[in-house]
Amino acid sequence: MKRSSKIYTAIIFVFLFAPIAILLLFSFNEAKSLSVFSGFSLDWYRELISDRSTLESVKNTLILAAASTVISTVMGTAAALGMYRLRREWYKALMNTVTNIPMVNPDIITGISMMLVFVFVGRLFSASTSLNFWTMLIAHVTFCLPYVIFQVLPKLQQMDGNLLEAAQDLGCTPFRAFFKVTLPEILPGVITGAIMAFTLSLDDFVISYFTSGNDFQTLPIRIYGMTKKTVTPKMYALATIIFFVTLALLLLNNVVDNEEGRKLRDRKKQKRQAA
Amino acid sequence: MSMQKTEPKQRRGGLNVALMPYSVWSLVFILVPLVFVAYYAFTDESFRFTTEHITRFFTATSHLKEDDGTLREVHTYLVIFMRSLKLAAISTVVCLIMGYPMAYIMARAKVRTQKTLVTLIMIPMWMNFLIRTYAWMTILQDTGIFNSLLSLVGLGPVHIIGTETAVIIGMVYDYFPYMILPIYSIMAKMDLKLLEAARDLGCNAFGVLRRVIFPLSLPGVISGITMVLIPSVSTFYISQKLGNGKFFLIGDAIEGQYVANNLHFAAAIAFILMVILLLCMALLKYVTAKFVYGGE
Repeated sequence: MKRSSKIYTAIIFVFLFAPIAILLLFSFNEAKSLSVFSGFSLDWYRELISDRSTLESVKNTLILAAASTVISTVMGTAAALGMYRLRREWYKALMNTVTNIPMVNPDIITGISMMLVFVFVGRLFSASTSLNFWTMLIAHVTFCLPYVIFQVLPKLQQMDGNLLEAAQDLGCTPFRAFFKVTLPEILPGVITGAIMAFTLSLDDFVISYFTSGNDFQTLPIRIYGMTKKTVTPKMYALATIIFFVTLALLLLNNVVDNEEGRKLRDRKKQKRQAA
Repeated sequence: MSMQKTEPKQRRGGLNVALMPYSVWSLVFILVPLVFVAYYAFTDESFRFTTEHITRFFTATSHLKEDDGTLREVHTYLVIFMRSLKLAAISTVVCLIMGYPMAYIMARAKVRTQKTLVTLIMIPMWMNFLIRTYAWMTILQDTGIFNSLLSLVGLGPVHIIGTETAVIIGMVYDYFPYMILPIYSIMAKMDLKLLEAARDLGCNAFGVLRRVIFPLSLPGVISGITMVLIPSVSTFYISQKLGNGKFFLIGDAIEGQYVANNLHFAAAIAFILMVILLLCMALLKYVTAKFVYGGE
């Protein structure tokens, strides 16, 4: 890299990481101040651990993310399979367009639009509250689905179609052929899709805000509630923990990636030597 | 259905079964909700047809206090809407100016460095956006770290929090990676031979940038622009925290009506936003088709 490039990169990364560095630093501050660092302490972490409703919301977030990941991954993979096999062009184009809608539409419109349906249906049954865990789950599955579908679809298109036919000619039922042939081929796409679904669900605030009831609070909703009042560095402690957990996950992901790349290179080398 | 008889075996069985759950799901939870936005936007509390909410958006007025203390009558929601567009447009341009060179640097780096840089760019995206925005609020406060740093070098406190600048900083910070990553991924795939050829044919560095790199990277630029513009035009929260609630944006207006339980008016604002964004997207698509792919 040229020197000027290095300087520019450094400036951009200072901009990107300064706020995070400040969060980390002040989560260890002794005083409540968010501008003057007066001494090291772990008080805010202690307070965080004893904060029951925040811990509850972390649990809720994980439950919701896990449930919406499983549902959207299974339904999305099946949908990609179905879309891949569609013959009629207009139907294909229609499904593509519909799947694009939640990705292109602003979150606030996705959230509002689903909320209107939930409230309307709730009124039909004259329920007192129409928003709860289930409405939130439906919303999360809906905005995760397109990401799963668009991860799996290209893998299906890259797949050698003859493999599937061969399996079926050799006596596999279509169902068995899927698990024996198709699934192993598209698995990387399925896994990436599932990871994306999980992280999107974990992080979502806007759509959750419009589709959640009072009985089920996720972490972003809880953070929103906390920032409405004056905030203690307790929230910074929380942010610090989130930061290190995601950092660890990203590094792990990179290591796995590199490992796979290395294996691939090794295999190629072996092939070349064999030839 | 005589067509289907000639198709291979696996094309028939199982095809609709796999797609069926999602077809139903997307109909009920993607398409029907959009119809409901329009339905609520054009009906009153007892679901009778009315254009009252749409009209209210365009005609409602309120008094805006000028800097010199005089009151000025303005169209409440039109002002909010224009402000949203303005701030989002400025943030998008700032993201593009800052992000384009970064994407270029990343694409020219060694493969291993590229991977690291992409990961580093993505890390802030993994922090919840509420926390990111909140961090900027504490940084930019009058007694915050930014002003402490300024006073260290002898510059005097700047009042940023509660200004439009603060809102723009928040938007740029929150959506910056969405600009870099699409541009980078296009540039990383660029054929280096084209650049060499341009140079061999006598182009200087700037010429290569203007005549080869920029045109080739346009699809990335356009998807970057959409990915920054759409969330920043529709955001709420950023303006509430960094603008001290003084700069209501269209997202804040929708959220406010939702909290006040005026669902029909909230739907009307959402409907108008949706229509305008659709028009913008269509325009962008048209411009792209005409000048990027249909050029020459």
